[in-house]
Amino acid sequence: MNTYGLILAGGVGTRMGNIEKPKQFMELMGRPIIIYTIEKFAVNPELDKVIVLTPRQWIKHTEDIVAKNIPENDRVVVIEGGSTRNETIMNGIAYIEKNFGLDDDTVIVTHDAVRPFVTHRILEENIRLAKEYGACDTVIAATDTIVESKNHTVISDIPDRSVMYQGQTPQSFKAKLLRATYEGLSEDEKNILTDACKILAMKGVPVRLVEGEVHNIKITYPYDLRVAESILGGNTAC
Amino acid sequence: MLNTVYQLKAPRTFELAFSDIQLDNEHIIVRPRYLSICNADQRYYQGLRPEKVMREKLPMALIHEGIGEVIYSPIDEYKPGDMVVMIPDIPCEEDSIVAENYLRSSKFRGSSTDGFLQEYIETVPDRIIKLPDGIAPQVAAFTELVSVSFHAIKRFTEIAHERRDTVGVWGDGNLGYITSLLLKTMYPEIRVIVFGVNDNKLADFTFANQTVRIDRVDESIYVDHAFECVGGVKAASAINQMIDVIRPEGTISLLGVSEEFAPINTRMVLEKGLRLFGSSRSGRSDFEGLMELYRENPGLSYYLENIVGSVIEVRDLKDIVKAFETDIHKLIGKTVMVWNE
Repeated sequence: MNTYGLILAGGVGTRMGNIEKPKQFMELMGRPIIIYTIEKFAVNPELDKVIVLTPRQWIKHTEDIVAKNIPENDRVVVIEGGSTRNETIMNGIAYIEKNFGLDDDTVIVTHDAVRPFVTHRILEENIRLAKEYGACDTVIAATDTIVESKNHTVISDIPDRSVMYQGQTPQSFKAKLLRATYEGLSEDEKNILTDACKILAMKGVPVRLVEGEVHNIKITYPYDLRVAESILGGNTAC
Repeated sequence: MLNTVYQLKAPRTFELAFSDIQLDNEHIIVRPRYLSICNADQRYYQGLRPEKVMREKLPMALIHEGIGEVIYSPIDEYKPGDMVVMIPDIPCEEDSIVAENYLRSSKFRGSSTDGFLQEYIETVPDRIIKLPDGIAPQVAAFTELVSVSFHAIKRFTEIAHERRDTVGVWGDGNLGYITSLLLKTMYPEIRVIVFGVNDNKLADFTFANQTVRIDRVDESIYVDHAFECVGGVKAASAINQMIDVIRPEGTISLLGVSEEFAPINTRMVLEKGLRLFGSSRSGRSDFEGLMELYRENPGLSYYLENIVGSVIEVRDLKDIVKAFETDIHKLIGKTVMVWNE
C-alpha cells in the first residue's frame, strides 16, 4: 500500500485558554478529541501506519490514551513533532524513511488532530488523488465573501467568491515530492509557509481539490468545542 | 469514532446525525459499499406509512438491503477487505420454535433501528456473511430481498402438500421475479406460472414455464399452490384470484406487504380447505442457504442483474434524494446506491 497517515498534534493549545492541556486532548463526549481522529485513520485499511506527531512531553500521554481506547492499535505509532507544521510533517517523512523506506509512490495523508469529523469518503478520495496526481487538498466552497486587506486597515481586494475555497484537512502528498520541494525553498520562503499545500503551489506543482464537508470542523477555540457538541447532539437538515 | 448517520427526518428530508462507535474486541466495523432501496424504504421516504408510525420511527436511517467491506475486525474469521452481506434482522433472544425474524423482540434495520445509510456499520460477527465470488456487487446489494423469497420457499416446502406439479406466482414486480426465479432454480421440475398485469414486464420472466395476464385467466388455468408477491391495494384482488385458481387443499404463501386489510373469499378458503401462511423478512440461516444456492447456480446472478434498474453513486445528501426520486419513477427494477459518502 505504501500509504501513511500523519496526524498532526503539534499544537500546545494556548488558544483554548488552557496551557496545561493541548486542545487535541480536550474531551468531546467524554473522550479526547484526538482519539476520534486516530480511530478514523486506524480503521482505514488503506493505511500502513498511522503516525501521530505530538510535542515530546505529550508522547506518553498520547500512547496511553491510544492504548486505552483503541484495542487493535499496532498500526498506530506516536512520535515527536517539529517546531512548525511543516517541520512536523518532515519529521513524519523521516520516520517513514528510516523505518519502512521511501519510494516515489509513498503517500502521506496529513491531518489536523483536532478535525475528528473527517469522513471515510474524504480519506479515500485523498489517498486516490494523491496516488494519481501527487498532491491534493481538502476544501469546501467559500460561503462568506473573502476580503483582502494588505495594511489591515482598508480593503485592497475582494476576490470573486465563486473561485474561493476554505481549506480543511487532510492534505495528501507523495512524500518524496513534498520533501524535495520543501528542501528547495529558501529559509525566508519556509518562514512564510503556514500550509503544506502552499509548498507545492508556490513552486507551480498542481494540487488537486477534494471536496470536504461543512461539518469537518477544526476544534481550535472553546466556541468550536461547543459547536462540535452541538453537531453531535443536534442535527443538520437538508 | 464519530460515525455519520443519514437519517430520514420527515418525508423527503434527510439529516445528518452522528453516533460514537467505540472500537472493542467484539464488534466488526463494516463500510457500506452497495445499498439497495426497498419499497419499505420508499413508504417512509414518501410518508406513506400511517402518521403515527412516522412519528414513532423517525428520525431513522433507512435501508436494510446492502453489502459492505470489513474495515476493522478484532476476530480472525473476518479480515479487512472481506466483502460481506449485512443481515438487517437483529435478534434479541433465542427461541426453539419461533424463527428470529418472527420474534417480536427482534429489531430490524431501517424499521425499528437505524438502517445501513451510515458511514460505518458496527456489527457482531453473527450479522454478516462473506459473499461468494462471482456475484456482481449491484446484485449482491439486494441479497436481503432474495433471502426473503428463499425463506418463503423454504417454509412452503415444509407446509405445502407434495403434489407440486404447477405453482403460480402472482406479481410481475421485483419480488415476483425473484420468487419465481428461485422457485424454478430450487425446484426445476415444478411448472411455474407467473401472473401479472404488464406484458412488457412478463416478457422478462423467460425462465418461467408460462406467463399469464390476470385479466386473461380462464378455467383451463389452475395451480396446485401459489405465491402472492403483489402487496399494496391490489393484494386483495390477487389473493381472491389465487383462491379461485388454486386446487383444493393447496397452499397460498403471502409475501406482499400492504398497509390495507385485504377482504378475501373465506367461504372458498373453507370449501377448498386451503392453507394460507405469511412470510416476512428472513434470518441468518436463510442468508446462508441463499449463499449456497448462489455457489451452486452461478447463472442466478445473471438473471438477477436483469432487474438492476439504476446504479447511482452517492456522495452526499443530495445524491441520496436523487436515488430515492429515481427509484419512485421506475417501472421495474432495483435502484442501487454505490455508497461513496
